[in-house]
Amino acid sequence: MLHAISLSAALAVLWALLSGMFDPLLMGLGVASVIITVWIAHHMDVVDHEGHPVHMGPRAIIYFPWLMKEIIKSNWDVAKIILSPKMTIQPHIFKTQASQLSDIGLTTYANSITLTPGTVTITMDVDGMFEIHALTHAAREGVETQEMDRRCTAMEGMTKADADTDARNLAAQIEKHKGDES
Amino acid sequence: MLDFLDIMIGPLALADWLSWFFIISGSFFTVVGVIGIIRLPDVFSRMHGAGLVDTLGIMLILTGLMFQADEWIVVIKLFLILLFILFTSPSTTFALARAAIHGGVTPGPAVDEILDTPNNTPKKETDPSKT
Repeated sequence: MLHAISLSAALAVLWALLSGMFDPLLMGLGVASVIITVWIAHHMDVVDHEGHPVHMGPRAIIYFPWLMKEIIKSNWDVAKIILSPKMTIQPHIFKTQASQLSDIGLTTYANSITLTPGTVTITMDVDGMFEIHALTHAAREGVETQEMDRRCTAMEGMTKADADTDARNLAAQIEKHKGDES
Repeated sequence: MLDFLDIMIGPLALADWLSWFFIISGSFFTVVGVIGIIRLPDVFSRMHGAGLVDTLGIMLILTGLMFQADEWIVVIKLFLILLFILFTSPSTTFALARAAIHGGVTPGPAVDEILDTPNNTPKKETDPSKT
């Protein structure tokens, strides 16, 4: 319920920011849109802290500037490689173990790796083992320092207990859906 | 609040100078990214070139455009576009990689195969052809 309220609030703010007009007709349409969206989201069972990670907000503010810095650095490195006449690249793949506990943490880490040019996450499995394509050895070594992994885990802010609760909820949901189908 | 952006420096206001700076540097990274897509040898390497356009290219150009906005609402919209691109572009890259693997493209040698002295390389077997 709390998540439904915060989702409604977020959607209402988004509507206000995108429309910028406050006459009754448009506000009414906005309210209707928010209600329909939250209702659909509720039916899809995505109104939870994974579909709508408000709890990560403050920590994300610490993480994103650092990510921006990394994006700029790696962009510059890749741009130098592309523009150099000889273009010395060593395309290869390697594996790395991610330490995040939740799906959203793993997704953030995988996306952050892809967002820094020079490394692209190509596969991942349930245990958080990523397969990454790197353009150069330097790009691979950047990931192997695990700094991004550490920072992603810090932003995720999950404890083992939270992760277990999540797993139990997920299992319960799957059970429920099985019940619905049969 | 942001009156200092209207200060004239030479022929242009400060906001215009900042616009020029961000748009030109964003264009630079976009062009370099496209050159990368042409020059790099295979699908997976080319994704790194596309990554330049996706990330810094678009970020700098949108930041430059923000300085040209007359209203706050335009800045907010540009910022939201930026945010959504940052969330969606890795997903498209991931989908592209999956499609390439699915189509039988080998993503390149594993790290142990190209290193002569495997010091800090993963010990596990990595065989791209099996994925």
